[in-house]
Amino acid sequence: MKPEWREWAAEARTEFPQAHSALLPLLHRVQRAEGWLSGETLADIAELLDLSPQYVQSVASFYSLYFKEPVGKKVVHVCMGLSCMLAGSDELMHQLEEKLGVSQGQTTADGEYTLLEGECLAACDLAPVAQVNLRYHGPVPPEKADTLLREEVSP
Amino acid sequence: MTQARYLLRNQEIEDIDQFEVYRAHGGYDALKKALAEFEPEAVVDLVKRSGLRGRGGAGFPTGVKWGFLPKDGRPRYLVVNSDEAEPGTFKDRELIERNPHQLIEGMIISSFAIQARQAYIYCRGEFLRGYEQLSRAVQEAYAAGFLGDNILDSGFALDIFVYRGAGAYICGEESALLESLEGRRGNPRLKPPFPAVAGLYGMPTIVNNVETIANVPPIVTLGAEWYTSMGTEKSPGLKIMSVSGKVNRPGNYEIPLATPLRALIDDYAGGMQPGRSVKCVIPGGSSVPLLMPDQLDTPLDYESVLQAGSMLGSGGCIVLDDTVCIVKASHRLVKFYREESCGKCTPCREGTYWMADVLERVEAGMGDEGDLAILMDVADNINGKCFCPLGDASIGFLVSAIRHFRDEFEAHVREHSCPMGEKVYDTANY
Ligand SMILES: Cc1cc2nc3c(=O)[nH]c(=O)nc-3n(C[C@H](O)[C@H](O)[C@H](O)COP(=O)(O)O)c2cc1C
Ligand code: SF4
Ligand code: FES
Repeated sequence: MKPEWREWAAEARTEFPQAHSALLPLLHRVQRAEGWLSGETLADIAELLDLSPQYVQSVASFYSLYFKEPVGKKVVHVCMGLSCMLAGSDELMHQLEEKLGVSQGQTTADGEYTLLEGECLAACDLAPVAQVNLRYHGPVPPEKADTLLREEVSP
Repeated sequence: MTQARYLLRNQEIEDIDQFEVYRAHGGYDALKKALAEFEPEAVVDLVKRSGLRGRGGAGFPTGVKWGFLPKDGRPRYLVVNSDEAEPGTFKDRELIERNPHQLIEGMIISSFAIQARQAYIYCRGEFLRGYEQLSRAVQEAYAAGFLGDNILDSGFALDIFVYRGAGAYICGEESALLESLEGRRGNPRLKPPFPAVAGLYGMPTIVNNVETIANVPPIVTLGAEWYTSMGTEKSPGLKIMSVSGKVNRPGNYEIPLATPLRALIDDYAGGMQPGRSVKCVIPGGSSVPLLMPDQLDTPLDYESVLQAGSMLGSGGCIVLDDTVCIVKASHRLVKFYREESCGKCTPCREGTYWMADVLERVEAGMGDEGDLAILMDVADNINGKCFCPLGDASIGFLVSAIRHFRDEFEAHVREHSCPMGEKVYDTANY
């Protein structure tokens, strides 16, 4: 457990009128600092919020944006929704897989990138669309897959 | 189109996401008017008379919903649903990223109307920019005295909290949203009781869509008659349509309700790509049945679209042209529901899985004669038998696609390949 987590937990408890609402915000904040949420981290968060580790485990596993395994510095979500499909998202994913040498769902060996399928990112006007660490990039035609990987991104 | 805009004013006014710019264009004047000239009940009445209907999908009359709150002295909450994730829908994202103050102004007026002292925005986890914009705008509203205690000396007090989801489409369903806001897994609750009676933390709660609430300031400023002067008697006012797919200018367009679908595609969205024609249109987000080319004159209002066999839903309009494989499109949509099924009830959890499986093999040319019957049978076992509406949503497009394009499904089976020449993908399992 990192010393600052105790402070963050206290802040999360008071950010919303009811302390129950503290869990998701605290998970977000810790993940932002740590990159992902290990079993041990989840147990620490449970302790900080007086919840059982099983409860926190079960909540965290429900939501796709909480990473239960280590991820790369840049997490790339390629939208696979219908509107993006119509604009070539399958080919974009294919290009990224080739360039990164991984399949969707995997992280590159150097720990730089994690490549993930996304559901409709509510930016279908920018199809095909991708997010890098939740920042939008679009349209990214498949032949421009490179530019997506060159983007500078903040964590 | 050079029509005046009332919701998407960001498309006309640069930097309206900035507080000073919003103020300079009359922003927060509606709030001042509401607090100075109206009793709370009179605002509810105004919204009732405007005929505004919920823009989250179901189209339920907003003022009527507000009227369902029990008058028993318990605290009440307003919760704004900004979890937008229905494929093809992207209006709420534009509103919160580009015009956040209009939502906040609408929330303050709406909270005043229903006498809520706390209001929440549930913001989709993927909307990081939207979350930042809303958080900043809320701070600015506090600094200007539009939030907090004794707003504009009216005696009314309100706090707004911005809450981030974490990736789960089902949390757009209002009761799942409330579960998530209370720090739990986003499984839907049994209804009734409806949120208006027992919602957030068991208290009476109004859940409204972002676009719904963004309509409130212009209605206060311009009046119910202005709103009912547009659209039809039962579907008055303005709707944002998100147009995507094979059109020249995908984007959000604010239309008077009852504008024909053809005008939306041709005049607003710039028509079809060169040499292409409409194969079918999904008018209201991925959950609704498709419309055929001979239905393009359907007016986009709730009743007319229903009569045409579909739904206006969230206003996510996806246009498919003659190059698109209907099996592949169906597979993609069903796969979405399979991924997003919360797993609570069997027909949805298992049914979406089987339908996606069958569609994948049909698309890959590995289907057999019985597969269409299997699809229809599974769809029938989902229809009306699920715990929440996500189940039915998963079959809306598919069943209509099989009805209108049965030949194309059968050709996939007969020819053991895709007659559209679509690149077969993801065949590793076969
Ligand atoms: C599976 C599912 C997903 C939904 N997603 C959303 C959504 O993202 N945004 C939204 O406003 N309403 C969504 N709804 C509708 C909400 O349950 C609710 O009806 C709506 O937020 C009420 O607001 P309104 O009356 O202003 O439309 C969804 C419903 C279902 C069944
Ligand atoms: S219909 Fe699907 S999403 Fe809704 S409760 Fe059942 S399993 Fe969950
Ligand atoms: S389908 Fe990709 S953003 Fe909607």
